Amino acid sequence: MAKKSGGSVVWSLAVPVALLAIWEGLSRAGVINPMILPSPSAVFLRWIAYAKPMMPFDPVEGTYVAWLFSGELLHDAAASLYRVVMGFLIGAGLALPIGLLMGTSETVYRLINPLLQILRPIPPIAYIPLAILWFGLGNPPAFFLISLGAFFPVLMNTIGGVRTVDAIYVRAARNLGASGATLFWRVILPAATPHIMTGLRVGFGVAFIVLIVAEMIAVNNGLGYRILEAREFFWSDKIIAGMISIGLLGLAIDTGLSRLSDHLLR
Amino acid sequence: MSASDAARPEIVIRGVTKVFEAEALGTVVALNGIDLDVAKGEFVCLLGPSGCGKSTLLNAVAGFSLPTSGSIRTNDVEVTAPGPDRAMVFQEYALFPWMTVAKNVAFGLEMKGASKAEIKEKVDGLLATLHLTEFRDRFPKDLSGGMRQRVAIARVLAIDSPVLLMDEPFGALDALTRRNLQDELLRIWSEWRKTILFVTHGIEESIYLADRIVVMTYRPGRVKKIVEVGMPRLRDVSSPEFNTLKRELTEMVMEEQRRHAEAETRPAMAD
Ligand SMILES: Nc1ncnc2c1ncn2[C@@H]1O[C@H](COP(=O)(O)OP(=O)(O)O)[C@@H](O)[C@H]1O
Ligand SMILES: [Mg+2]
Repeated sequence: MAKKSGGSVVWSLAVPVALLAIWEGLSRAGVINPMILPSPSAVFLRWIAYAKPMMPFDPVEGTYVAWLFSGELLHDAAASLYRVVMGFLIGAGLALPIGLLMGTSETVYRLINPLLQILRPIPPIAYIPLAILWFGLGNPPAFFLISLGAFFPVLMNTIGGVRTVDAIYVRAARNLGASGATLFWRVILPAATPHIMTGLRVGFGVAFIVLIVAEMIAVNNGLGYRILEAREFFWSDKIIAGMISIGLLGLAIDTGLSRLSDHLLR
Repeated sequence: MSASDAARPEIVIRGVTKVFEAEALGTVVALNGIDLDVAKGEFVCLLGPSGCGKSTLLNAVAGFSLPTSGSIRTNDVEVTAPGPDRAMVFQEYALFPWMTVAKNVAFGLEMKGASKAEIKEKVDGLLATLHLTEFRDRFPKDLSGGMRQRVAIARVLAIDSPVLLMDEPFGALDALTRRNLQDELLRIWSEWRKTILFVTHGIEESIYLADRIVVMTYRPGRVKKIVEVGMPRLRDVSSPEFNTLKRELTEMVMEEQRRHAEAETRPAMAD
């Protein structure tokens, strides 16, 4: 089996490695203008420079660990992470209780659902002008937009999760003497958790997209801001290094959420 | 318990009719004028082909779906809602997948507000009775069908209801596991003196288990015949007596099955 899995690693790496090699070769031969598309090695070096501390280590300035984390990339990543987590928490934090209420109460559902159906098709990005008008620049409009991105996926999945809880669980629980709030907390909510977790993951995906857009218009740090800034200097290598960083951050968060979901859904 | 108490039936079903108004199929009379008494400590099987209203009757006794007309009383109390005095075991097990085996078994006790110590003692005892002790911290998805149904049985035994309602509980199990659980159930029934109303479409299963077998007709569901099974337990499925009864019941059920097939010109609802 070890041989087979070793083989599959070779298989899965074959195409990316070949592409990188061709790309590198063409760049070195001068076929591609590095301004348009820098070589992979140039991107890699730029990425290292982006991640590295900008000043040499100086004990007067602070601890070694602080210095180690003083690079521009880590500051940007931290700023982006902060924004997306805050926005996500606000959006999901509002969507969860509303969704649970709409899922359990037919009356609340009938009252709120028409409004949702009107608002839901508006992409969060379309709120940018309003966000700036209402909140100015800086983090507040970013929080607003990101939370909007997370809100609807979490809401829709929570409503769906609660409304489609398998009737047999409710029957079994009622038969064993559960009712009212106990039935809700001990049975309906856990039974809806797989759906809710899906909503959280999808919601985070949308929040992450909105994050990058929001950083391009409303703030002056973060990964999204940085790649737009790099464009003004025609630093295509830094643009790509920034994009890769964005991808890695997204991957890390999604992996974390997927672990959390596996843990909750054992 | 006084003598008159013991004489009074545990479950009294009188003139129970259930009509479903389903959009696609129009009106379905699932049950029509069912009368049935089940004595305390009796083991009664409801037998009939699929679609003849067995689950409907059981759900009415459980209080999940009340009859359109007629009355059901258990222990002289009218059934109006589900309750822990009539514990249900489902064919699909209906275990809570987010709880361990022990938590599933403890659920009904927690609902009753039992103390931690009492819960632990009862759960430990039940897990031992059903040979589940080593699985106590597993989740249902890690268990075989037979094991899951053992957990479901332990879960309803925990709330100590006098009546057990079972809807084809062993229907999804292989023959060997089924026989095993049937024996287990008979042991529990005779030890705990439960009143059991057991739905099955298995003729052999009904003869193996029941004191009395209630054969039902297909649409509208009525009581076709009530058969006493006089044989002592554990019953030998290869004995001539067993086979005579089996032939007799097969004839009755086949007759209803044919009426079912004839009615199947329209697509049936899930049973
Ligand atoms: N919720 C329902 N709505 C409409 N028809 C139903 C419903 N439940 C059962 N029925 C119908 O009632 C009849 C009896 O069903 P059921 O009690 O499930 O039969 P059994 O358990 O004997 O297989 C069937 O014809 C079925 O189609
Ligand atoms: Mg049925």
